Amino acid sequence: MKFVDEYRDPALAGQLLAEIRQTVTRPWVIMEICGGHTHAIMKNGLDQLLPAQLELVHGPGCPVCVTPVETIDRAVAIAARPEVIFTSFGDMLRVPGSASSLFMAKSTGADVRMVYSPLEAVALARQHPEREVVFFAVGFETTAPGNGMALLQAKREGLTNFSLLASHVLVPPAIRALLSSPTNRVQGYLAPGHVCTVMGWQEYESLAEEFRVPIVPTGFEPVDILAGLLMALRQLEAGRYVVENQYGRSVSREGNRAAQRVMAEVFTVRDRAWRGIGVLPASGLVIRDDLAGYDAERKFAVESIRVRESELCQSGSVLQGLIKPDGCPAFGRECTPEHPLGATMVSGEGACAAYYRYHRTSHA
Amino acid sequence: MHNLNPEDFSCPLPIMEYETIQLAHGSGGRLSAELVSRLFLPRFGNETLNRLEDQAVVDFSQGRLALTTDSFVVDPLFFPGGDIGDLAINGTVNDVCMSGATPLYLAAAFIIEEGLPLSILHRVLLSMENAVKGAGVQIVTGDTKVVNRGCCDKLFITTTGVGRVPEGVNISAAKLEAGDKVILSGTIADHGMAILTSREGLSFASRVQSDTAPLNGLVAEMLRVSPLIHAMRDPTRGGLATTLNEFAASSRVGIMLEEAAVPVRPEVRGACEVLGIDPMYVANEGKLVAVVPAQVADKIVAAMRSHPLGREAVIIGEVVADKQGLVVMRTTLGAQRIVDMPVGEQLPRIC
Repeated sequence: MKFVDEYRDPALAGQLLAEIRQTVTRPWVIMEICGGHTHAIMKNGLDQLLPAQLELVHGPGCPVCVTPVETIDRAVAIAARPEVIFTSFGDMLRVPGSASSLFMAKSTGADVRMVYSPLEAVALARQHPEREVVFFAVGFETTAPGNGMALLQAKREGLTNFSLLASHVLVPPAIRALLSSPTNRVQGYLAPGHVCTVMGWQEYESLAEEFRVPIVPTGFEPVDILAGLLMALRQLEAGRYVVENQYGRSVSREGNRAAQRVMAEVFTVRDRAWRGIGVLPASGLVIRDDLAGYDAERKFAVESIRVRESELCQSGSVLQGLIKPDGCPAFGRECTPEHPLGATMVSGEGACAAYYRYHRTSHA
Repeated sequence: MHNLNPEDFSCPLPIMEYETIQLAHGSGGRLSAELVSRLFLPRFGNETLNRLEDQAVVDFSQGRLALTTDSFVVDPLFFPGGDIGDLAINGTVNDVCMSGATPLYLAAAFIIEEGLPLSILHRVLLSMENAVKGAGVQIVTGDTKVVNRGCCDKLFITTTGVGRVPEGVNISAAKLEAGDKVILSGTIADHGMAILTSREGLSFASRVQSDTAPLNGLVAEMLRVSPLIHAMRDPTRGGLATTLNEFAASSRVGIMLEEAAVPVRPEVRGACEVLGIDPMYVANEGKLVAVVPAQVADKIVAAMRSHPLGREAVIIGEVVADKQGLVVMRTTLGAQRIVDMPVGEQLPRIC
């Protein structure tokens, strides 16, 4: 596969690993923010190949994991309404809320449908004018433009039976919060390549300078990740702290202006709760007031959500890079993919699921 | 009834004053009888079935019997490379022959939703007819039921198969031994991705075809060169990963795979990449995985490659004494990772 295989080339990866070993002179802690990076690292076993001085910690970059329980509960409640066709990407369906998930709601009669694009949900609204079609708009800056486009498309067509349950989050405020924490150990970041494809990297420049951390937008293949790590390491060893782009084939400094315009037209920035972490200032996107008719949260008043979280689950500490998944006492015992206590274990991109799936040796 | 193009078939026969299945087609009365005599018997008729008894009485020599049953509820009914009809025959033939048995007889039961166009049923039966001939088996008894609209999804088929296990063949998931080689008959994930991409209308993956096929000929070829096969299975739902995990658990051994050795077609790999799905967990319908003693492995692979359904047969790993119950993959970069059992369906990811 062109544009993929060359980034999985074992010889090239071997060269990069050798350069990483030569570059490291002392211990460093680097965080990969994105869950896609975490899975690529675990799936290819990169963590086993890196020198021991280089510690990778996993960040909060899994949209499924950081979606608040309250939002899942709200989604389940809206999906249960008889007039609603509730649509979502596949990986949100299994995530547990306080008492139920969208899959469980489906099994008890809710009309929950998996789609591959928010435009499919718009098409459903067109086909079923007598129903209310809701799309669960989850994700980072990566999915926000597409979801925004779907809303604008529905508006253009005059559809009044389409709405988004929006739960978008932004990466830079999360990095700022993690770096500002007194418990922070992270000295460098692999920034999420796909987010930067939309947003560019300029918004990371002030973070790199202020907190004196190298930040490297990085792609998702093994060669990308190793190259990104090498770039971050070279900066750390040389005492440089800037944004350097590894993912040049997709990412520019300014990002995708058209996508940014759609985001600005549909969403506005608000404080936002991250599951397991808490409220982070200016870290979420909500639908603008002038588009309130397309906002499922305002369209379907859901009262009396009582959120219940597992007391054993330490996914918040995992998401902040404070502990590794297998450092949680419940990991692989009370908490498994079959019986997940937190979203980090159930999500396809969750760090706990990645550890359980690929490196469970001590619990097998 | 020959030279029919199933695409534009409309049945000219009297039962077929109706273009769609009526509840009366399942009533046991005249319409039921006509459905059987006009639609089923011309496809599957043989001396045993034609007696239309409530059971089939068949010749069977002494020895061991392999028996299996499976239900087919696939959506959509027709997909690139196959349909529910050939799946229902091939799937059951394969389940019988994975024991090393020669499949002989099948029973087929149909649950049909009221309102199903007869042309659709006919297309499925034509496909089953071809599959029966291809596999060299006979349908010797069967059943049809018609249920109210909404009580099943168009058409469900259950097939039961029996076969004779040859002398000296003893194949079981519990027989793996350290040092055994793991052989795969060809590329993985073709069937599951064909279904998924046609169900969801993902046009970028339109070249992905199901691999549905009867494997009894391939198995016979393998047994001809060596009866020493330890374990064999067609990795259907749950894919190759699930089958190998079942082997490892049953035999209390580990399995070490080479990532680079597991073949995946480029178009299938592309579709999997886009959807965030691991081909190791995707269903196959015309592939088998066999675990054989090292000393006969090359001979068996060579025999498989001489058969059209085993042309891409390859050794993908071996059985190890440590890592009990685990399937571990050596990645192309030289690291190792666990290939776990899946939890439920694989779900396409957000980004």
